[in-house]
Amino acid sequence: MSRLILPILIICLAVPLIASEFWLTQILGRSLILGITALSLTFLTAYLGVVSFAQITLAGVAGYTVAYFSANTAGIGIELPWMITMLLALAFATLAGGLIGLIAKQSVGIYSIMITLAISMAFFYFTRQNYSIFNGWTGFSGITAPAVFGVDFGDPVAFYYLCLATAFIAVGLVICFVASPLGLATQGVRDAARRVRSLGIPTSTVIVSAYAFSGFIAGMGGVLNVWHQERISSFSVGLGPTIDILIISVIGGMRHPLGAFIGAIAYVLIDTYAIDLISRDRFNTVIGLVLLVIVIASPEGILGTLKSVKERIKNVTN
Amino acid sequence: MVLNLKKIAAAGVLAASVLATPAYAADNIKVGVISILEGAFAALGQDGIRGAELAFIEAGNKAAGKDVEIVVMSSDASPDSAVNAARKLIEQDKVDIIVGPLSGSEGIALRDLSKGYKGVTFINGSSAAQDATFRDGSDNFFRFGGDGAQWMAGVGTYAYKELGYKKVAIVAEDYSFPYTQVLGFMSEFCGAGGRVPEKFWTPIGAKDYSSIVYAIPDDVDALFVALGGADAVNFLTQYNQAGGSKPIIGGTITIDQSILDSKGPFRKLLVGTPAGTPTVSDFDGEEWKAFATSYTKAFPDGLSAPSIFAHHYYMAGKAALLALEQVKGDLSNDHKAFRAALTKLEFVTPTGGTMRLDENRNGIIDSFITEVFEREDGTYGNRVLKVVRNVSQTLGYDADKFRAMGPVSRDNPSCP
Amino acid sequence: MKFFFIVFFNGLTLAALYFIAACGFTLIFGLMRTVNMAHGVLLLFGAYVGYEFVELTGQWSLGILAGGIGAAVVGAILQTTILGRYQGDELRQTLITIAISIIMADLMLWGWGGLTYQIALPEMLQGGVRLPLLNVGYSSVRLTLMIIAVVIGVLLWLLIAKTKLGIIIRAGVDDRTMLEALGFDTKKIFIIVFAIGSMLAGMAGVISGSALSVAPGTDFQFLLSSLVVVIVGGMGSVGGAALGALLIGLAEQYGLAYAPTYGVVFTFVIMVAVLAFRPQGILGKAEK
Repeated sequence: MSRLILPILIICLAVPLIASEFWLTQILGRSLILGITALSLTFLTAYLGVVSFAQITLAGVAGYTVAYFSANTAGIGIELPWMITMLLALAFATLAGGLIGLIAKQSVGIYSIMITLAISMAFFYFTRQNYSIFNGWTGFSGITAPAVFGVDFGDPVAFYYLCLATAFIAVGLVICFVASPLGLATQGVRDAARRVRSLGIPTSTVIVSAYAFSGFIAGMGGVLNVWHQERISSFSVGLGPTIDILIISVIGGMRHPLGAFIGAIAYVLIDTYAIDLISRDRFNTVIGLVLLVIVIASPEGILGTLKSVKERIKNVTN
Repeated sequence: MVLNLKKIAAAGVLAASVLATPAYAADNIKVGVISILEGAFAALGQDGIRGAELAFIEAGNKAAGKDVEIVVMSSDASPDSAVNAARKLIEQDKVDIIVGPLSGSEGIALRDLSKGYKGVTFINGSSAAQDATFRDGSDNFFRFGGDGAQWMAGVGTYAYKELGYKKVAIVAEDYSFPYTQVLGFMSEFCGAGGRVPEKFWTPIGAKDYSSIVYAIPDDVDALFVALGGADAVNFLTQYNQAGGSKPIIGGTITIDQSILDSKGPFRKLLVGTPAGTPTVSDFDGEEWKAFATSYTKAFPDGLSAPSIFAHHYYMAGKAALLALEQVKGDLSNDHKAFRAALTKLEFVTPTGGTMRLDENRNGIIDSFITEVFEREDGTYGNRVLKVVRNVSQTLGYDADKFRAMGPVSRDNPSCP
Repeated sequence: MKFFFIVFFNGLTLAALYFIAACGFTLIFGLMRTVNMAHGVLLLFGAYVGYEFVELTGQWSLGILAGGIGAAVVGAILQTTILGRYQGDELRQTLITIAISIIMADLMLWGWGGLTYQIALPEMLQGGVRLPLLNVGYSSVRLTLMIIAVVIGVLLWLLIAKTKLGIIIRAGVDDRTMLEALGFDTKKIFIIVFAIGSMLAGMAGVISGSALSVAPGTDFQFLLSSLVVVIVGGMGSVGGAALGALLIGLAEQYGLAYAPTYGVVFTFVIMVAVLAFRPQGILGKAEK
């Protein structure tokens, strides 16, 4: 896999030379953002062994923080310098992640899905009903990406590079975290919690830290998402986006951080173009069928399938 | 293996076909239509699309001699999805004009988006939030129709003076569109001397209203119900089953054709319900009959009469076509001439009035007080009790005074 | 005070509906560990089939039967053709059922349109009766819901506690490998269980389509309420589902009556609180 990093990097950097603005922002930018958020889920699933439905909630915490502390058209919140806003957003998302970890630390398997789903739904309804902080149903709009040292991140090319850089940082952070002692302990908890405990490592601290770290990653996606959409509302943290993130992670493949991004691109392409491929009334059937086929045909996600194809080709040529 | 290869090949073809820039002939005019085609509002969204298509079908899909092509995108009632749909239409499909969206918060989202796309003209579909045009408007966002408050014109006065109701309780969904409708009702009703002692804001999609039903004070004279779709059905059924007997005044979508054409016994509960609406399914006028006939002919599997959504998307499409004719299809210079034509446009609406815009690019409309009745064939429709012409967005108030009342919310307005 | 009791009563009747809707889900979840995200669309499908039958025959009970059978057939087909192959792979099954629910919801939108459907009740259940003591009018059909819930609860309990299938199901909950080792064809049992669970969903669809109404989106609502009820109560336990339904029904009604703004949040806060302290639900058995 490491041999591929350089070519991938070059392709990613060169894309703005050929892609239209639409592709840069709506397909690639959106894919990178969704990929980062999905990465926070694949991280939890691959290394802690739990499936969380609350990653969109964590991204939402960061997103709402950005909206609240930026200029917006809702007339709610305090405007702060973008740097402070961004740091606050990441801090809140990390805290929220830790809090979810604290609540869900006893839950594994299907129960971790359920408790995080409940948290995510509670947050969703709260944002929809609360007008003093979250501006309810309508939410915030009119938020723009900042301009830093003369670079306006509202510009498609600049924004694409921002997303790309963030994605690489996110992947790098995950790789570093996994290799760190804490990361090793996380994988230990996944495989044999009792043994980790008998080594004198408190498992709940490990679990809470892993959730908090996933909150940080999801928060990065959440900040970018608000700058990209220029808005956030209760809909952004609802059940639909929650399931989308799960779908993205699974179709991409949970074993490797890159899977989240491949899943995201596949998802965004289907979501954007299904309506053009078939009559406008039945595009959801297409989306469902594609999902079904991917889930059935490739247990390891698209990335897993690509790998096994590669190996088979290798076997044939040998 | 074979399967995998096939899949990869298919994916490649797919990718190639979408990467290729669509052929774009300068002589074509492309119109993107955004409506809700999935989830709980799908029936409404489909009817919106029918309305927009009808306008273009009637014009032979031509304007000023140029071909007009329609591209449809679906949103899911969320502002995010409306924005994504619009961006795709603009940047990928290269549309010149966008017609839509359907619901209130989506409208505000597209108004904000329109400020960043000077080369595209947005014509609102049926979204009826007050703020989409009234506060913070955008000069390329037009609404050839009213907002939710305008649609209630005359109802408050009618309820107080003619029906003699002094105290009315309100049951409405807890979001921006019903807030606006309640404003429209209360500004007249309270102004005439009526009182609204209690407002029940219920979460959209609530199934069970039974505890609301029993919380309604005994001493009110009537209920103002601004609920849509299944929510309206569930509330009315439960209110009736619990022995509730207060007369009901309907919000606009509570008596819309999309509810009257639903299936089930609840509909007879609505018979005789007065309501405010700009769309009267059984309007007795030449223009409406022509419109309804044309609708039924083009869409035999549509509703039994055009809904408010078909009606408003139709007017949006028609406004675009008429203005295009006037400027001979000239969209140069960021649609300068086209927008000037839209601003000054006047045309006869299906309900026989004259549609024109105010300085905020919001329609000055005719609204109606209607009642639900059972047609001879056993289906249900609306007929006119009273016509209120020339309803402006400020509901006849001085603009500054109206603005000073502040944006609508759960607590604004209030007259307990 | 009177209002307080009425709300309590509303909570009970709503709990009855939630229980009816959730017991198919808990049955499937309990034995097969399948989180059937297609539960909601099966319920909606049952409601549509039931509507057609009631329109055709005028018989409400036939409608319930038809809705149940319709959903059971679809459920059996799903388990036989797709889901059965991935038994034990929980996440994959969850995703497959999500995909199926997206497809089925869209196909039903095609078939029945997006308008709201309400199924006609038999004459004796229309309207309301006066409640003694509280002296208010109350909907007959809601009272009937409680009876139906009790009947379904007792039947399910009998099925699980007294029949051979029930013994096998209970054995399956505790130790599936052993059951297979004993030579039981779990594949066939799973199809039967899935069909029964789907049938319950379909019948619940007809019942809620008559007591309230159904429309696109109803599938999602009942899926979510069933998830919450079953998770709070404890999976696979009929008593747990009843308890969960009671808790959620009451919370929802009291929320609506006394704190309408944040009432909807309560349900999920309860769920979070229960799961934080008892991850397996109130009456659920701890995983070994």
